[in-house]
Amino acid sequence: MGEEKKTYMISALVEHRPGVLYSISNMFRRRGFNIESISVGEAEQPDLARMTITIKGDETLVEQVVKQLKKLICVIKVSILDPNNTVARELALIKVNTPDTKIRTDVINYVEIFKGHIVDVSHDSLTIEITGDTDKISAFIELMKPFGIKEIARTGIAALPREMKAIRMETE
Amino acid sequence: MSRMSGAKALIEALKREKVEVIFGIPGGAILPVYDALYNSDIKHILMRHEQCAAHAADGYARASGRVGVCMSTSGPGATNLVTGIATAYMDSSPIVAITGQVPRAFIGKDAFQETDIIGITTPITKCNFQVREASEIPKIVKTAFYIASTGRRGPVLIDLPRDVQTEESEMSFDYKVELRGYKPIYDPHPLQVEKAANLLIQAERPVIVAGGGVIASDASPELLALSELLIAPVATTLMGKGAIPENHPLSIGMLGMHGTVAANYLVQEADVLLAVGTRFSDRSTGNIKTFCPNGKIIHVDIDASEIGKNIKPYVPIVADAKRALKAIYDRIVEKFNRKERSTWFNRIQELKRMHEELIKSDNERIRPPALMAEIRNILPNDAIITTEVGQNQMWAALYLKVYKPRKFISSGGLGTMGFGFPAAIGAKVACPDVPVVDIAGDGSFLMTEQDLASSIAWKIPIIVVILNNLVLGMVAQWQRLFYGRRYFAVELKGIPDFVKLAEAYGAQGFRVQSIDEFRRAFKEALNSDVTTVIDVPISPEENVLPMVPPGQDLKNVMLS
Repeated sequence: MGEEKKTYMISALVEHRPGVLYSISNMFRRRGFNIESISVGEAEQPDLARMTITIKGDETLVEQVVKQLKKLICVIKVSILDPNNTVARELALIKVNTPDTKIRTDVINYVEIFKGHIVDVSHDSLTIEITGDTDKISAFIELMKPFGIKEIARTGIAALPREMKAIRMETE
Repeated sequence: MSRMSGAKALIEALKREKVEVIFGIPGGAILPVYDALYNSDIKHILMRHEQCAAHAADGYARASGRVGVCMSTSGPGATNLVTGIATAYMDSSPIVAITGQVPRAFIGKDAFQETDIIGITTPITKCNFQVREASEIPKIVKTAFYIASTGRRGPVLIDLPRDVQTEESEMSFDYKVELRGYKPIYDPHPLQVEKAANLLIQAERPVIVAGGGVIASDASPELLALSELLIAPVATTLMGKGAIPENHPLSIGMLGMHGTVAANYLVQEADVLLAVGTRFSDRSTGNIKTFCPNGKIIHVDIDASEIGKNIKPYVPIVADAKRALKAIYDRIVEKFNRKERSTWFNRIQELKRMHEELIKSDNERIRPPALMAEIRNILPNDAIITTEVGQNQMWAALYLKVYKPRKFISSGGLGTMGFGFPAAIGAKVACPDVPVVDIAGDGSFLMTEQDLASSIAWKIPIIVVILNNLVLGMVAQWQRLFYGRRYFAVELKGIPDFVKLAEAYGAQGFRVQSIDEFRRAFKEALNSDVTTVIDVPISPEENVLPMVPPGQDLKNVMLS
């Protein structure tokens, strides 16, 4: 209702067991919330997983998303990450056409500037691993486009709050 | 620790939850559990459709406040429960549904009668579990009952693969429920209580809206005390009906699409609105943008996700209704000087009279409002009323006064036709000493009438009053009012003779043409120990009134 649309990062600590991702994605679908990206992996304890979810919307929507997430029994903690106080990273694998030496050298130069790695080499392509915030990865992809991108795989954002405000299990 | 099969452990765990009765239907994938029930003192009531088993468990839960249990086999048995589970979910009713499942090794292989009931019920349960090891059963059952019956109540499903039921294991029943992701908040925040109290003290025209949460938390005494202290009239939602005695001078009936004039006008005129245990459904608010236009809203709900979902309140309070109402009352009573409110009180009474005038008695032709009033006159206050869905439900909500909580049971959120009769069976099992009446329509009753058989077999006498207009009445009403009388697919051709239908099952049947005949039949039904079906022909032209057309301001009440 006239509120400004922004991208929000939500960090959720959830139970690490089958069916949890289904419950969460199902809630998003059912309530009509669109996920921009989601990344999941084991957290600090083996029975916990951390999800980083990015969504676009206004403040009312993001508050509803957080409340609906908290309502799920498999979700333990949820917080909205403050972009000014968060370390957010994404990893991308990009396979680029490199038909000749000239192009190959250009691509390698860009990879160095962006502090990426070449993780696979063939006669006519390079696969590049690049990590950073979303803007950096998008910028790198734009640079690679003229060379001809064969395939891209992006992980989505993984994020943690800076300083001491980590959301962690309180051990009793 | 003791060694036993999964099925025996299930029964033992259910006994520890003080389960007395299960509504269900057996089948291949749940047979080991049924074999364990053979020697158990838990009563099993064989229903004739799994949907009815779920509704009966729901009716049992709503009438008693305890968890209702239903059971079915895998596949079609489980999917037949779905409507009942969704009904319970929408109305926050605590049930535990137990389904059989194909053996573990067959899961995912599309085995005979396999269905993904966990996937299907995830959005309509508070939580669900598929048991992977027999030894988990005691813990899962305890957790399921805990989740179903605490916080905002709701259905929980346990899916039991057949080989888990037969697997022998060491069982420990001393499990203490600990859930990292589930800690309901019961106590209101003192600062929010203070804000709410101050608003209510300053209010000139305070109104309370009570929803199903007031009934779920047994908060009627606290509600009444606060209402009387403030001279705040109480409107209820459909789910909140009975939260305040409807013969009380401050009871103004139901609000919303089929709300009373008093409730809809006063909610719109309020300067402070205290909404307790309600989720501001579209059927309650009308046009949400013009709801309570000049009032500050205090919203109390135990489910934080309900606050701000439909309406942004001025004061949000996440808490149990009973504790919140008590805290607000205590805070107000400390510093409140009872105000002279005769203008406000007179306004309330004036609007209430408009509603009473809608009950016109006419012995030539039975009019539903007068019929509802007649039923109330005959029934004892403790009687339980269930309803089907549609016109019958709205007439009952508007004109059949209820004086106590848990005495009016209706499918509010999902609006499930066919709910009332099996729910009545469950309610009667929970409260065998009070009469249970299902206010039905001809269309709704035909959706679950097969369970006349279980009501006869298990000697569970219900009184079914069918408002028989030979059409799908509410749909016909909408076609009449909003689609230029283009009636389509509403005539119920081929409707059976309900008297003969009842008799075919061994129940009693009456057809009545006047209020006098109805009175005689109804009294006979009250004294009978078998189920009675009373067929009451009414005009298909009857509209449920008052009505606020969908999406409009609550003050746009149609009275004729």
